[in-house]
Amino acid sequence: MSDIPEGTPKPEQLAQIRYKPPRRGWMDKPVELKKGTYCYSARSKFMEYLNLPNAREWNPTEGDWKLPADWKQTILDGMRERLTRFRSFRLFMDICVRCGACADKCHFFIGSGDPKNMPVLRAELLRSVYRNDFTAAGKILGRIAGARELTVDVLKEWYYYFYQCTECRRCSVYCPYGIDTAEITMLGRELLNLVGLNIGWTIEPCANCFRTGNHLGVQPHGFKDSIDFAVDELEEITGVRVEAPINKKGAEILFIAPSADYFASPHYYTLLGYLALFHEIGLDYTWSTYASEGGNFGLFTSHEMIKRLNAKMYAEAKRLGVKWILGGECGHMWRVVHQYMDTMNGPADFLEQPVSPVTGTRFENAKSTKMVHITEFTSDLIKNNKLKLDPSRNDHWRTTFHDSCNPARALGLFEEPRYVIKSVCNNFFEMPPNTIREHTFCCGSGAGLGNDENFEMRMRGGLPRANAVKYVNEKHDVNILLCICAIDKATLPVLMQYWVPGVEVGGIHEMVANALVMKGETKRETDMRGQPLNNAEEKEHV
Amino acid sequence: MMKLHDLLLQKRPAILEKWFQAALETYPADTSRFLRREKDRFANPVGHAISYGMEGLLDQLFDGNDSAKVSSLLDDIVRIRAVQDFSPSQAIGFIFTLKRIIRDVLQSEIRSGNASAEELFALEARIDSMALASFDIYMGCRETIYELKATQVKNATLKLLERTNLLTEMPEHEPDSNDDSDGK
Amino acid sequence: MGALVSFFAVVVLVAIVFVGVEAANLRYLFGVIIPYAALITFIAGFIYRIVIWARSPVPFRITTTCGQQKSHPWIKNDILDNPHSTIGVIGRMLLEVLLFRSLFRNTRLELRNGPKLAYEWEKWLWLAGLVFHWSFLVILVRHLRFFTEPVPVLIQALEGLDAFFQIGLPALYLSDAVILAAVTYLFLRRVLIPEIRYISLAADYFPLFLIFGLVLSGVLMRYFVRVDVVAIKELAMGLVAFRPSVPEGINVLFYIHLFLVSVLFAYFPFSKLMHLGGVFLSPTRNLANNNRMERHTNPWNYPVKVHTYEEYEDEFRDKMKAAGLPLEKE
Repeated sequence: MSDIPEGTPKPEQLAQIRYKPPRRGWMDKPVELKKGTYCYSARSKFMEYLNLPNAREWNPTEGDWKLPADWKQTILDGMRERLTRFRSFRLFMDICVRCGACADKCHFFIGSGDPKNMPVLRAELLRSVYRNDFTAAGKILGRIAGARELTVDVLKEWYYYFYQCTECRRCSVYCPYGIDTAEITMLGRELLNLVGLNIGWTIEPCANCFRTGNHLGVQPHGFKDSIDFAVDELEEITGVRVEAPINKKGAEILFIAPSADYFASPHYYTLLGYLALFHEIGLDYTWSTYASEGGNFGLFTSHEMIKRLNAKMYAEAKRLGVKWILGGECGHMWRVVHQYMDTMNGPADFLEQPVSPVTGTRFENAKSTKMVHITEFTSDLIKNNKLKLDPSRNDHWRTTFHDSCNPARALGLFEEPRYVIKSVCNNFFEMPPNTIREHTFCCGSGAGLGNDENFEMRMRGGLPRANAVKYVNEKHDVNILLCICAIDKATLPVLMQYWVPGVEVGGIHEMVANALVMKGETKRETDMRGQPLNNAEEKEHV
Repeated sequence: MMKLHDLLLQKRPAILEKWFQAALETYPADTSRFLRREKDRFANPVGHAISYGMEGLLDQLFDGNDSAKVSSLLDDIVRIRAVQDFSPSQAIGFIFTLKRIIRDVLQSEIRSGNASAEELFALEARIDSMALASFDIYMGCRETIYELKATQVKNATLKLLERTNLLTEMPEHEPDSNDDSDGK
Repeated sequence: MGALVSFFAVVVLVAIVFVGVEAANLRYLFGVIIPYAALITFIAGFIYRIVIWARSPVPFRITTTCGQQKSHPWIKNDILDNPHSTIGVIGRMLLEVLLFRSLFRNTRLELRNGPKLAYEWEKWLWLAGLVFHWSFLVILVRHLRFFTEPVPVLIQALEGLDAFFQIGLPALYLSDAVILAAVTYLFLRRVLIPEIRYISLAADYFPLFLIFGLVLSGVLMRYFVRVDVVAIKELAMGLVAFRPSVPEGINVLFYIHLFLVSVLFAYFPFSKLMHLGGVFLSPTRNLANNNRMERHTNPWNYPVKVHTYEEYEDEFRDKMKAAGLPLEKE
């Protein structure tokens, strides 16, 4: 490109930009916040409401991040404290051999190609500082031992890349030592929190959830209004008027779903599914306005915030005097419930071991935490023939199932949802084996990254998932992607519209509601979305 | 004098290889190696889309003239580049690169007059129309992005927007009202 | 850069012992003092590191589940990839430690050209890693012949197996050939694959060069340069019996070999090589996914500020009342 172009440069010359390989190592390459790939900062009013440190208005694109004067000491002290609190943290800092098995497993690396999105390097961002300040080799040998000093540039790099990890834990499946990048990211974010580097999309929901019980800040009367509205709509579709008790003391079961289920689309159709199902089996249950959110953005903020927001589940179960808790379709809520809740806010000795009132099945796998996943519950109902189902009412759907990261890699919930889907849908097609179950690809928008400002990054990160959907869409005419996660339901529709137009996104209990034959129902004209069903006569001609 | 069509078919592997290589060079070095090396279409959707798309585009350019097929092949590549770190000219520049590559590969035949200039001009005109089509696709993708950004806000609050006044605004915080709002 | 630094570091180490033995005649230092010091450093350092890790608690039970959970009796639980019991965990750990299960997980389905299905062999890293570690173990155990008299039958049997093919004289040990090939592969991979080169540190190259030098000096002694094996065994037995003596006439190559192994042992506890101990402690693998069955306790679980129901009702009481929701306090 040394020759001077004559006149106007031709397009091919403009396009001949060759990216030099990073000559200098990654440690010296300062981060560049590119539009569409980073998250906005948290507003001070939400930070203050939660009593978080260094609440202020600031902008990541400006040079001055308004850090507290002793920020460096705060971070290093925070690291020291966490090294003594989490064996995983110390171990994961020490034992990585940089074999690179994880390198091409991250959806953000696959979709963006940014080397620092390789899980190993994401962790090295933190490890380099750990070596510098906490290991003998790093203190003596410095750079040669892979150590570097904590500077403002390093901090900015942490902010960019720890908020470019969706904590999906796919890399940890392939790591020979089980190093879990999600945990490293979580602790990295905790350290950032100590000096007030939070993103808006996690802190605002946290603040709302703390105050009103749910992420969007829906007040109790608003919650009731939403549920009542859904009851009306369900009656219009099915002709059956269902009961939906709220804050009812003495109910047998407390039901907790992600709040998106009662205000967002397509989650809402899943809500109709819960209502229809619970009515049909005559479940003695209650909703709660205080615990009106299963999701927990604390998971994307800090361990302390997880506990603060999660506490309401057991507290409300105790106040209402229920026997056990049933949880709706939500991904990260289930990671919190399964891996943190009992430890943080238990023991739940005031509850009883969950027993299905319909089938009598004792849920042995939930005997301590006393909370059952809705697909565990429903699959048991179906297995015991307690539901009358007409799967042909879902014949307009050709379905596939996206294993949401958290139920997949934190629980191993693979067969229960598939059993339910296959029972209520006639057309089910799996995506390729290296993109499902424990190998599942993230939606690209979890862990607080599902915001608008990060849109391009989300589309890149979601490409591997979308690509697998496209394959079954082309091969089997799949037209709906089913999932059991509220963040999936919020972010996969746009991902599909961009990469695989024509594929909708839905929940499993939406399909259950479509297929569920209810006592006293009128002839079903539409599905839960209000789309007309082909009736039997028409179907025969097709 | 050999017909250009036959020459192109003969040189197709070389053209494809160079074209693919040129496209990969627009990515950082570490990435391009991964895009080239990883063969699994699900583990490496970007590399697959580019190589698969380019093969199809060459087929269309040399033998077919199915504009719908061309659009769909271009779409596979451009849709990805529209969300990566490229300016519009970089995102679709790979089409123009093909002209240079074909000229390079056929250099000796062109010099010796073995390749007909008319046929070559006709071919280049078709590449130009591909470039124009890809520009439309690129713009379409960007428009989709803006639309999606707008509609997803609407979707996220769809049921709420149907009814109003349900949200509570977080009160602006003053230091001394701290204890009140915490309910103490 | 990291590779060069590491390479020269190993060259310098070899030079030190060469000069030390040949010029300065420091045979006692290199034959007795340094090996003892290295072994003490290894043992003390290893224990120290394990204690440091073990002192940090495991506050939460965070496993990576790679198979179906235990729920209904009619759904088959994947006991090895998602164990819910101690037996399962032991099975999972054995697979992980002995066979590198996780590295093996890269089964790939290739569908690139047309509808033809083909499974691609993506197991080179797994294979190289596995044979490297196993041959290292075999070699280590084989070396016990120098420290035992009479040599136990098991070690003799292992030697026989290792020299099974009876190629050359003395018979070529399979483990020698394999470890050289594996180390070479692991090194080339680090240098040639750009993303691996990008993430590699000097600390990644150094052990590779060190082990390469170690194996090379051993191979030279066995197959090419005649050394006085009887004298070496005398020295080894003296070390074991804590009656160290340095017999005359041992080739400098032996001192190089012994010094490199001493460096490896001394370096071990301060490096990534500690993954040997760490792999057993990794919480994502060594815990059972029985989270909802049995409560896990966190020793530092501290009370946090929560928003209680009473506070919530106080703020929204009027609205709740108007909506007809039940209240604790009217």
